Amino acid sequence: MTEPDDRSSLKQLDERLKAARSRHDQDRGLDNSGKTGANNIGVGFRIAVEMIAALAVGVGIGLLLDNWLGTKPWMLILFFILGCGAGFTNLIRVARELDRKARLAKQSKDAGGDQEG
Amino acid sequence: MAAGEKQSPLDQFTIKALSGEPTMIGGFDISFTNSSAAMLATVVGVTLFLVFSMRGRALVPGRWQSCAEICYEIVANMVRDNVGSEGRKYFPFIFTIFMFVLFGNLIGMIPGSFTFTSHVIVTFVMAAFIFLGVTAIGFARHGLGYCRMFFPHGAPLWTAVILIPIELVSYLSRPLSLSVRLFANMVVGHVLLKVIAGFVIALGVFGIVPLAFLVGITALEFLVAVLQAYIFTILTSIYLHDAIHMH
Repeated sequence: MTEPDDRSSLKQLDERLKAARSRHDQDRGLDNSGKTGANNIGVGFRIAVEMIAALAVGVGIGLLLDNWLGTKPWMLILFFILGCGAGFTNLIRVARELDRKARLAKQSKDAGGDQEG
Repeated sequence: MAAGEKQSPLDQFTIKALSGEPTMIGGFDISFTNSSAAMLATVVGVTLFLVFSMRGRALVPGRWQSCAEICYEIVANMVRDNVGSEGRKYFPFIFTIFMFVLFGNLIGMIPGSFTFTSHVIVTFVMAAFIFLGVTAIGFARHGLGYCRMFFPHGAPLWTAVILIPIELVSYLSRPLSLSVRLFANMVVGHVLLKVIAGFVIALGVFGIVPLAFLVGITALEFLVAVLQAYIFTILTSIYLHDAIHMH
């Protein structure tokens, strides 16, 4: 007798939880879009480190291979160029990810504005 | 200014054995240093903070419990947003990293203490273990198919000659960029604080200007300490996302 009641109340609770969670997500999206000022410090540094790290790894692999195979300086030159490529790949990846985040923040802002208006 | 060996801005980063002279076992230096003491303080601090703040388990949280819940929610949301629902089981690991780095950075902000995250070997070991763990997870989930990670979808086949080495170098650069970012931020901030603090005495009355500057930079350093812990953790979860979903 009580079982169906329990189940329906659980279902109701589930629906309410879902609604509350989606509301919460929208609020959070709004909050994040206002906080970008503090994050800009991190973004600039992140891009710089990302490029230098790729170049350093490329040069490191080149030097190691040169030492190992005795092909000075060809591996260094090859992996220096590959490291540059990897640096730019990383750069594009970070830029794309930031772009996606900015777009998401804008979308949720627009959606929130529509609901309020 | 009589800048002796002791007044160097880099002096704060020297590692000293607490017992005075290094303890050697089998040719390895295993002495308990100021760095190990800071790490121990961090682990004890995190444990005490989480255990005591959550002891009440009140439905309406008090101040301490709110702090602990904020930490939990930041990491939980980060894992959910960046990794998805499969990331739930890696939550304890990511939360541990976040709390360790956060408390390490903040303990370093106490005057006279030691910042262990300002040593590249510490951050590199953390990053290397994250890198190895994430790679192992990738191979465990996708088998050899994980190697497709190094070749982007839809690219013409002949470009593989260039693209695979580039992607490989890019992938291998991850632990380096992860560790260098944290370490460089901490070193730069602490050196800047010490250098400007040196001006305060040297300028006499006009030292009030760098002193005011110093107050601002100290606030900025607290921001950087929290932000870098956040960035370290968010990049860990992004790498985890790549290993689980393969882009």
